Amino acid sequence: MSIVVPVRKSATVNPLKQSAPLGAAMAYLGVEGAVPLFHGSQGCTAFALVLMVRHFKETIPIQTTAMNEVSTILGGADHLEEALLNLKSRMKPKLIGIASTALTETRGEDMAGEVRTILKRRADDLAGTTVVYASTPDFTGALEEGWAKATEAVIAGLVPETRVAGADPLAVNILVGQHLTPGDIEAVRDLVESFGLTPTLLPDISLSLDGTVPDAWVPTSYGGTPLAAIGAMGRAAATFAIGEHMAAPGRLLADRTGVPLTVQPSLTGLEAADAFVAALARLSGRPVPERQKRERSRLVDAMLDGHLIVGERKVAVAAEPDLLFAVTTLLAGLGARIVGAVSTAVGSRALERIPAEEVLIGDLGDLERLAREGDADLIATHSHGRQAAERLHRPHLRIGFPIFDRLGSQHKVSVGYAGTRALMFEIANLFQAEHHAPSPAGLDPFRDRPVPAALSPEPRPC
Amino acid sequence: MSLQAKIQDVFNEPACDKNLLKDEKARKKGCSKPLTPGAAAGGCAFDGAKIVLQPITDAAHLIHGPLACEGNSYDNRHAASSGPLLYRTSFTTDVTELDVVMGQGEKKLYRAIREIVETHAPPAVFVYSTCVTALIGDDIEAVCKTASAKFATPVIPVIAPGFAGAKQLGNKLAGETLFDHVIGTAEPEVSTPTDINIIGEYNLSGELWQVEPLFRRLGIRLHACITGDARYRDVASAHRSRVNMMVCSAALINLARKMEERYGIPYFEGSFYGVEDTSDALRQTARLLVRTGADPDLLTRTEALIAEEEARVWARLAPYRPLLQGKRVLLYTGGVKSWSVVSALMEMGMEIVGTSVRKSTAEDKARIKQLMKDDPHMFEAIAPRDMYRMLKDREADIMLSGGRTQFIALKAKTPWMDINQERHDAFAGYDGMVEMVKKIAAAIHNPVWAAVRAPAPWETAEADDLFAPNFLADALVTPTFGGPVLTETVLADTLPQDAPALPAGAFLKAFAGSDAQELGEC
Ligand code: SF4
Repeated sequence: MSIVVPVRKSATVNPLKQSAPLGAAMAYLGVEGAVPLFHGSQGCTAFALVLMVRHFKETIPIQTTAMNEVSTILGGADHLEEALLNLKSRMKPKLIGIASTALTETRGEDMAGEVRTILKRRADDLAGTTVVYASTPDFTGALEEGWAKATEAVIAGLVPETRVAGADPLAVNILVGQHLTPGDIEAVRDLVESFGLTPTLLPDISLSLDGTVPDAWVPTSYGGTPLAAIGAMGRAAATFAIGEHMAAPGRLLADRTGVPLTVQPSLTGLEAADAFVAALARLSGRPVPERQKRERSRLVDAMLDGHLIVGERKVAVAAEPDLLFAVTTLLAGLGARIVGAVSTAVGSRALERIPAEEVLIGDLGDLERLAREGDADLIATHSHGRQAAERLHRPHLRIGFPIFDRLGSQHKVSVGYAGTRALMFEIANLFQAEHHAPSPAGLDPFRDRPVPAALSPEPRPC
Repeated sequence: MSLQAKIQDVFNEPACDKNLLKDEKARKKGCSKPLTPGAAAGGCAFDGAKIVLQPITDAAHLIHGPLACEGNSYDNRHAASSGPLLYRTSFTTDVTELDVVMGQGEKKLYRAIREIVETHAPPAVFVYSTCVTALIGDDIEAVCKTASAKFATPVIPVIAPGFAGAKQLGNKLAGETLFDHVIGTAEPEVSTPTDINIIGEYNLSGELWQVEPLFRRLGIRLHACITGDARYRDVASAHRSRVNMMVCSAALINLARKMEERYGIPYFEGSFYGVEDTSDALRQTARLLVRTGADPDLLTRTEALIAEEEARVWARLAPYRPLLQGKRVLLYTGGVKSWSVVSALMEMGMEIVGTSVRKSTAEDKARIKQLMKDDPHMFEAIAPRDMYRMLKDREADIMLSGGRTQFIALKAKTPWMDINQERHDAFAGYDGMVEMVKKIAAAIHNPVWAAVRAPAPWETAEADDLFAPNFLADALVTPTFGGPVLTETVLADTLPQDAPALPAGAFLKAFAGSDAQELGEC
């Protein structure tokens, strides 16, 4: 439906993207007892860490191989090995998830090979800790890519090749997309369980980045998908990948185990929620629970009320592809017009289906320009959009990552019937808060309209 | 000068007191310890350079590198501006794999500079190198030179790629950049015998505006702040000021020293944190100004102002003494931590159970030692696990630290206040000290601590009774919530002391052998 327009300029103005290694770190933190390790210079780690702390309001364990100029040129295998051993002895993690960075990728090392060599040589020292590796150079992709690559790495490292799909007929794998919040993940879990199914969610940051107060100091992620559950994913009856970017990890899982894969592009919006609920009903052989029927009916009612406010409004949205898809389809489905759609990566299938004429691969500078040109009533993007919103004097719906100037973003739910309703109300209320009373000037049909000479107010000779 | 030579040069800083104690070989090795893979934290040199330069508000700041360096880090400090906002717009070349493979980096950089100059017409563009663009050998200096000539706009190369070293090195390299490319390139419109520069003050949360009026009342003109709320032209003409004040320990000492050498501007090191330090800063400024030719009457006026302000500040602080008497504070930061803050907190009757001394000058350490009479209070760093245990065991009533350790304190259900550079509150000067003490008192006495520390109903000793069938009925008769409203004056004596006071410094023994690198601050 939409044409994807690649970047044309040289100076990126107020980036929309965060880097792929950051996305990978976030995904690794959704595994129990994990520590992400960036293979690169320490500064990249510090920045990623600080940004995640600002968003999640948690201490975040991310470590670095601390490469310097010399080690970069000579090759970083020694640093990598030392880092693994140090982490192992200091934190005793169950999983160390390595993410490469632009620095180490530019050098063009065969890191996957090096990791294998180190693991072989140090098998005894590292016993009890699984080490996985994802190639995530900063210059390719953004959070979604990094998140998906890390999920693939975890699957490759922990799911054995088996052919026992369906051995647990009630078990379901859910490969959670980067655009889901901890609150979303929990809602998905509840929904799946309400059909009597047992979900394994991967990565599961609802158990690690959800803001609880543990009773003791935990140096690694303090929750997430249990390693044993990941190892048993091959026994499930079905896999759902949430978001197009999770299709690749889903295929990898299917290849290794034969568990059939369904890609669910989004869980936001009536149709999307319907599709997922219907699939769960089919899979479980159970009727849709009364509670879900009621939630659906509430959503329908909410849409009836909401379209009166959201319809015909102009909105400019900037987000990574799957989140952009979820939010723009919801808005367009209520009659809003997408006057600007900006995203991060060429090549995502989600982008072709965005309900806008064009999707620009760009930055928040583009968002601001499109919003101004299209006279948008609302902009939707992460917290860095606040400067644009101020300049445009328009309300700002905060979506995605990072959200550092609002509390509770990790608990926001926008999936399923209830979540869709909540997001729609939030949007409608932003519009309502901006209500403008009618004024004679505002309603003057001749304001700003060129008046033909014949009708000009000069006194006519009679 | 090559980057390597430059780094050697800044490490060979004769005015650095730490450096003077080292021998030739140790000096060459530089100040930064090699980092331990898997146990390192803290920002890179690029980060440090940007911290110093980005507060120049009317300039454009362009980061030449892949997305991560800028995309993950922009808009993360609160350097305030009284006018231009261009510095808050983030520009990066977002170098892609294709650019690297095709060797397009320099061309992209040149085009990016052109786009910025054409759209924003800034007085200057700062171009920052990063690891990848340094590794692939982009000649940023050459591109900047060509662009400067072509676009008739100063385009300044900032060569401080992350892998060159840590944040502090980046600070210094930024100072070198200003000295080599900016300062002395323009003449001020006006110049007075009482013009000063402040070096190393970034106007975070508007702190500069807490102290600038003090100078103004004395008739001292702040010509250039390097670089808080700065305009490019003011920095470029900073060589005409009469005195340099250098704040924030030794980060930019190389700049102050070189300005003294080349332009004959005397400098002193000072701080605006704490009462005595603020007075001292005013006093020293006045003295140096008089030495360089200002009217000697300035000295008398300065003393009068100091006397008046000090009397006022102590009077304003007095009411907080009963609230803070006997409270134990743990200071963990590389930022606001001069001995005079320590002294003010002690003046309030607080007990300093520990203070980190990383990045403190030797002089500062000596004064803190003298104040606290007992040095186990000072440490380089605490491992997060130990910090958590200590706070959880209530060995301190409040921790003052930065964002990285924030959640260790909060998860341990311990009052916490931000005193690092990323904070939102301004604590400089006399009024800033009052603000800080007020905040500390409010944090310690917030009623939330009682609520969050109370066990859940099912965790209490009487849990069985509570969940007996008649519990609800009982509760309806005797409401358990909403007691008398606590006022500030009663707070001090009614709040429970959570832990028996430990002998001062006892907990620090536990840190022997803990890993200092786990947390970096400032
Ligand atoms: S360490 Fe290098 S690549 Fe990483 S953020 Fe700093 S300059 Fe960028």
